[in-house]
Amino acid sequence: MLSKEKIERIRRAAEKYRDVPAPHGEDIDLSKYKVEGGKVEINSLEDLEEEERAKLENLGIDVREERTSGSYLQINNNVVYTRAKSKVEILPISEALKKYNLEDYFWNLVEIKDKYTARVALERTGGFFIRVPKGVRETLPLQTCLLIGREYTSQNVHNIVIVEEDAELNIITGCATSPHVKSGLHLSVSEFYIKRNGKLTYTMIHDWGEKVHVRQRTGVYIEDNGVYINNYVVITPVRSIQSYPAVYCAGENSKATLQSVVYGRKKSKIDLGSKVVLSGRGSRADIVSRSIADDNSEVVARGRLVGEGEEVKGHLECKGLIISDEARLYAVPELDARRSNIELSHEAAVGKIAEEQLLYLMSRGLTEEEAVSLIIKGFLSMDLSGLPPTLAEAVKRIMDITLEGL
Amino acid sequence: MLSIENLSVKVEDRLILRDVNLNINVGEVHVLFGPNGAGKSTLINTIIGNPRYKVVEGSIYFKGKDITDMPIYERAKLGIGLAYQKPPEIPGVKLRDLLKIIARVDWEEIERMAEILKFKDFLDRDVNVGFSGGEVKRSELLQLFAQNPDFMMFDEPDSGVDVENIKLLGRIINHLLEKDRKPADRRKAGLIITHMGHILKFINVDRAHILYNGVIACSGSPEEILNTIIKYGYKRCIRCYQRRR
Repeated sequence: MLSKEKIERIRRAAEKYRDVPAPHGEDIDLSKYKVEGGKVEINSLEDLEEEERAKLENLGIDVREERTSGSYLQINNNVVYTRAKSKVEILPISEALKKYNLEDYFWNLVEIKDKYTARVALERTGGFFIRVPKGVRETLPLQTCLLIGREYTSQNVHNIVIVEEDAELNIITGCATSPHVKSGLHLSVSEFYIKRNGKLTYTMIHDWGEKVHVRQRTGVYIEDNGVYINNYVVITPVRSIQSYPAVYCAGENSKATLQSVVYGRKKSKIDLGSKVVLSGRGSRADIVSRSIADDNSEVVARGRLVGEGEEVKGHLECKGLIISDEARLYAVPELDARRSNIELSHEAAVGKIAEEQLLYLMSRGLTEEEAVSLIIKGFLSMDLSGLPPTLAEAVKRIMDITLEGL
Repeated sequence: MLSIENLSVKVEDRLILRDVNLNINVGEVHVLFGPNGAGKSTLINTIIGNPRYKVVEGSIYFKGKDITDMPIYERAKLGIGLAYQKPPEIPGVKLRDLLKIIARVDWEEIERMAEILKFKDFLDRDVNVGFSGGEVKRSELLQLFAQNPDFMMFDEPDSGVDVENIKLLGRIINHLLEKDRKPADRRKAGLIITHMGHILKFINVDRAHILYNGVIACSGSPEEILNTIIKYGYKRCIRCYQRRR
């Protein structure tokens, strides 16, 4: 339930920004992408078509749902499946809005400021609502899948995750197109709330068609001693991705870790960043990004740390490899200190594969192609820190499967 | 097994090696002495096929094949291997995975060798990342063991290694070169670069050469050569070489 005033405010903002382009990323003609309705429901993830199932499995989704605490599946704009297997609550956002008063959660961390957020606000939109009740520390991951199943579809998503006090959850999100689908538009708004002593690990893996555009808007709010770990992986070609999530370490000793692994291939244009505002006393942030620009791709790696609170600490690490002369890799690390007793640092390094590394491997009998692919795999498989072993394994498996074709 | 004829090599337009001749037969291990900058590393890099080292004259034959223009990985496939002095770091690539890719012996054997080298804990480390001097040497020997080449080169295998480990490394090198077998059973050959080489106490070396200013100034039995160097220093060698010419 939302108040009339809030609904009206959202509508007015959305109308105002309906045609306003975003500051980053190429401008997309929204009229080419249709927001489709329809209603499909399945009884289990195994009811999916063979090909789609295989694709989700590739992304680390457990379609037999043996080792998960819950599942969510959205195809285009339809929530076709939700299943809770634990105390963690999972609902389509439309139902959550009926059940709960989300006045302080819905459109609270993300602002309507461009045509993409406006479309999510105005048109038919799916999305999940996940709530981890107070004190529940769930060890098995919860999986959410967002699938585009038809050409030139606009998939709209509005997600809310609430981790209550002393609660914990791991979410794996697999984003993909059906194997035969090449084009599409994925627009998402995600608002995550981590209450006192709560912890959320959110791992997102993308496997879109080569002509899919992705625009994501994410806000995360962390209270005292809360922890947020984000892993973002995109290795397969895509038309464009632009995302610049904002994390607010508002609570005392709150902590955020954002890690991204990007492999720009073919004509992919990927503009990815992370911004952390450290306002809670003693809060901490680590932003780590690894990017590779290959073929004709353009990869932008942004990072911004804002130090506002007492004794905050933040580090930003940005490493890039540029493989092709037709590619571009642009690293933009920013530190914004607004108080004296803080510590912010960054290191950025962009370069080509060292010839010494290549020759070393080739002198062991690898061809140049084999050596390049091994170095790339190594570069991308950074040790994702803070992940529980089962999840770390899942992520590693996904990387292995995705990188196998290199 | 390896035969080098009248080899001259340039690096970035500077002539480093001049008219080098070297012949290493099956079952033999040679050692190459020489001061810093004499061209020892250049010789090894040229044999392995590093494209930065340009052969301007002469030829290299391996197993009867002219490999002078052969790409680096084909030489490796043909059976040439090198234990690097200062190998590059390969972040994110586990030593275990690299060993599996290059392995030409069973994994069980590699694991056994890792145990002998006291290096099992390093299998899940990134290749050479944060390795100490001694760890680098053990990693290189383990890789060479996995690769199992017929002709092995060791670039300063004892530099930065403590006395205790020199013995271990020396014995392993001796084993890799099959010097612990009967002469008739030896199928390998090797070339070792060392400065003064305590490690040679543990390796059966057949012949030694002094490389000075890009030329092989002197060759002989290891003891003879080593004694000459200790007694007269390298300077004497070049005079002796010039006199012979």
